[in-house]
Amino acid sequence: MPPESWIGFFEWCEATVLGTAVRNSIYAFPIIEAVHLVALCVMGGALIMVDLRLLGVGMKDQEAGHLATLVRPWLAGALVVMLSSGVLLFLSEAIKCFYNTSFWVKMTTLPIALAFTFLVRDPRITNGAPSPRQSRMLGSASLVLWFVVAAAGRWIGYS
Amino acid sequence: MIRSVLEWLGNTPWSIALLESYYAWPLIESTHVLSLALFVGTALMMDLRLVGLAFPGVPASSFIDRLLPWTRIGFAVMVVTGLLLFYSSPLRYYHNLFFRIKCVLLAFAGLNIWLFHARIHTSIDAWDDVWSPPRAARIAGIVSIVMWTGVVFSGRMIAYNWFDCDIQPQPEWVNWVAQCQIQEVAP
Repeated sequence: MPPESWIGFFEWCEATVLGTAVRNSIYAFPIIEAVHLVALCVMGGALIMVDLRLLGVGMKDQEAGHLATLVRPWLAGALVVMLSSGVLLFLSEAIKCFYNTSFWVKMTTLPIALAFTFLVRDPRITNGAPSPRQSRMLGSASLVLWFVVAAAGRWIGYS
Repeated sequence: MIRSVLEWLGNTPWSIALLESYYAWPLIESTHVLSLALFVGTALMMDLRLVGLAFPGVPASSFIDRLLPWTRIGFAVMVVTGLLLFYSSPLRYYHNLFFRIKCVLLAFAGLNIWLFHARIHTSIDAWDDVWSPPRAARIAGIVSIVMWTGVVFSGRMIAYNWFDCDIQPQPEWVNWVAQCQIQEVAP
């Protein structure tokens, strides 16, 4: 849990024009949520197809690095939609998020997963083929990290 | 007839236990949502290839032979978890507007898959390596993207009760589509 002194920032977030607008509409939150979910599908598909290839159980006739390069615009595009819709959802209920353990699990693992994907996994597999052992480690680490992000995200609504 | 079966189903002990469970229902629902990434996610990647929006130089057969098995595994998880969620509250979902919309979209998505495999996939050797597949394959890809997006949207909306039958008055078309059983109240 974060220091209690951060609550002021979360109160400010919830009072922003955007946060208030989303909170005051019956339809805004669910529709933004649905957009967040569709982007989850695109992002999930873009990550999973490369990770399965790295685990040796996907599209074996293609190099993992080649697939990662081809899918990157879709991964990046989906990420932008995820982040913008996610920020809107957060602003509308920032104080609830502050007291929500799942929210903090997600906010801790999300930067790790992002850094891993864009600073570790993709640079490694686009600069020459990694060994089978490295491939399996990269693929499984990616799947585990993003699974925790997604699961914690869903659990914000239940905790 | 259907209503009485569903009413009976919803009164079975396991259905009540599932609906009232503290962890089982949210865990099943979370599995349902997270499986979207595997099922719809991998399906969308294949659709993008079929439409010609992504993956130039990657044969379409590579997706169908090596990614589609994973799409099917994702679908199996979606069906099992989805049926369990339906089982927890059959009558409510039966009369839910968004649930009905989702079922129609699912039927169209299913028909699209059947048409693709029966009519278009059979000639794949002719267009496997072609960057822009034949018109029919591109249409199948677009229909798939639209239908699955609609399924995700309507699926998410099932959780909201704006158009539930027990919240009246509703617009006439809502009561008609959801087949709400309106009790006539004496004036």
